[in-house]
Amino acid sequence: MTAGHDWPLWEVFIRAREGLSHKHVGSLHASDAEMALQHARDVYTRRREGESIWVVQSTDIVASAPADKESLFDPADSKIYRHPTFYEVPDEVECL
Amino acid sequence: MVQSQITGNASEADEAARFQSKVDREIKIEPRDWMPEGYRKTLVRQISQHAHSEIVGMLPEGCWVTRAPSLRRKVQLLAKIQDEGGHGLYLYSAAETLGTSRAEMIDALHEGRAKYSNIFNYPVLSWADIGAIGWLVDGAAIINQIALCRCSYGPYARAMERICREESFHQRQGYEIMMSMAFGTKDQKRMAQSALDRWWWPSLMMFGPSDRESAHSSQSMQWKIKRVSNDDLRQQFIDMTVPQADYLGLKMPDPDLKWNEERGHYDFGAIDWAELKRVVSGDGPCNKERMTARVKAHEDGAWVREAAAAYGEKQRLRKQAAKIAAE
Amino acid sequence: MTVEAQREALFEYLLRLGDNALILGHRLSEWCGKGPVLEEDIALSNIALDLVGQSTLWLEFAATVEGGARDADALAFKRDVLDWRNFLLVEQPNGDFAHTIVRQFLFDCFHVELLQALSKSANQEIAGIASKALKEALYHRRHSGQWVIRLGDGTEESHARAQAALDALWGYTRELFEGDAIDEMMMQAGIAPDPGDFEENWKQAVGAVLAEATLTVPDANWSIGGGKKGIHSEHLGFLLAEMQFLPRAYPDAQW
Repeated sequence: MTAGHDWPLWEVFIRAREGLSHKHVGSLHASDAEMALQHARDVYTRRREGESIWVVQSTDIVASAPADKESLFDPADSKIYRHPTFYEVPDEVECL
Repeated sequence: MVQSQITGNASEADEAARFQSKVDREIKIEPRDWMPEGYRKTLVRQISQHAHSEIVGMLPEGCWVTRAPSLRRKVQLLAKIQDEGGHGLYLYSAAETLGTSRAEMIDALHEGRAKYSNIFNYPVLSWADIGAIGWLVDGAAIINQIALCRCSYGPYARAMERICREESFHQRQGYEIMMSMAFGTKDQKRMAQSALDRWWWPSLMMFGPSDRESAHSSQSMQWKIKRVSNDDLRQQFIDMTVPQADYLGLKMPDPDLKWNEERGHYDFGAIDWAELKRVVSGDGPCNKERMTARVKAHEDGAWVREAAAAYGEKQRLRKQAAKIAAE
Repeated sequence: MTVEAQREALFEYLLRLGDNALILGHRLSEWCGKGPVLEEDIALSNIALDLVGQSTLWLEFAATVEGGARDADALAFKRDVLDWRNFLLVEQPNGDFAHTIVRQFLFDCFHVELLQALSKSANQEIAGIASKALKEALYHRRHSGQWVIRLGDGTEESHARAQAALDALWGYTRELFEGDAIDEMMMQAGIAPDPGDFEENWKQAVGAVLAEATLTVPDANWSIGGGKKGIHSEHLGFLLAEMQFLPRAYPDAQW
């Protein structure tokens, strides 16, 4: 870092409570995986915000491009038959 | 995160129009979205300046951690300063999403190319100053930061939300210290009044120059990087703080301060903008100490950072070799 | 043994526990804002907070055992050097990051062993505090141990600094395992272990990490102790002068 170099960047995901999935909370720098885990604990769970941590090196994340947003996601808009409200069933029939 | 190639063939003007329309509709801008170069630059400048303020701000309070007068005060203060470190980290991370590394930002700070809040260039003389910093400086910061939670840039807004949530105890802690001082012995009361006298005006300057003079305000408002004007935020802070000082039985160091029934706000005296300019440009009472301390910590830590990087690299190579051997 | 003697011994023993945690926590808090990297600054503050928190619990209990004439703050801020009962190891100055980490690691390995034993104490209060502190100490050891490995197996410079720190501090570790009459009384009462009992475990835990760190266990032919009896190094006086200044300068004030 002296000559303008940072340790690698890591993304931090935390499971807030049992039963929930891990959620992205932020990032940090660490020189190895164990350090990333410890830093994540110290930086992002000081107020008991979690009970499980994932750390992933940022360069390992593959992300979709913003420019692809329409072609990737808009086609799902018209597929309303994927939602239960699309189907009409009589009120008196239960458990549907 | 990952840098993206800008794809699509929309012209710059189309992109700019689409960008502004998103901002107008309160849709957050995310790191890989198209954004005007000026927007990116303004954000990096503002977020890194904000991050630097948190980090430099650890120093004046840090000088009292080892002198906190009770076990309870010791852990409170340490936890508060630690939070500030955390907030600096969240902010650097938010700025990094715009493509500037933390190392670059820190170099800019150490080389005097980046600014930080003027407030941290004043000396912290007594324990009451720790109370005044929590009460006034954090109080002013919170007002600024709540407004920034609605900023158009997603990572900055999210960092601000987390910071606001965590910072709510800072101001209360400061006020509690002020109470123990203002209602304490004669010596303590004297320290409390002196702290208010010295920290009041610099706190008002924290909101920045008047909107009439601010170089960046109107463009930032249009981009929704800034949501409320400097003067409005300052007025809000004054209106909030005056009754709190009254409760403590302390006297505000401003003879012109009085309630204006018609405006529904307090009127206040003229701010010494020349002083702000002087302090921001490096001539405050503690600018040199603060920067020297920052640079020293950074330089003293260089061998540690190199060692950890070297070890991390060795680990990576060992893992690779083990994998190859196993195949 | 009289009840009175028993009580005095317990008070002394609790001071040792509280003083070690407070002095080491104070030393770590001196790093605040000056860490080698922001993340590590936060990590060191966390450990300092744990230790000052533990010291508060020990000293509060000590104050109760003493009879209530003084509270935990009075014990922390109104005792002079001769009445402090911490090891010389924890009062040693921070030095460079390697000194701080090695000092921490040597203590953490001891602390884990001690707290493990204390969590089974016949004294419920002690067992309760120790169980809570043990969780923290296990993390401290993980943190400092990893750093010893990084520094030892990092660069030539970091290796040399870590080895120098180890050589400089090793002679203070003898004291951790030397029992005295107070320890003996605590042992008899089933309150605390014989510190000599876990010297072997400590050596193994420390040795394993040093081996991975490619560092050499010092062949020290010197050792200094005395902290448990109030015979300290000169460093402690300066630490106390700074830490205790406000309550001593304004004895009537509430903070």
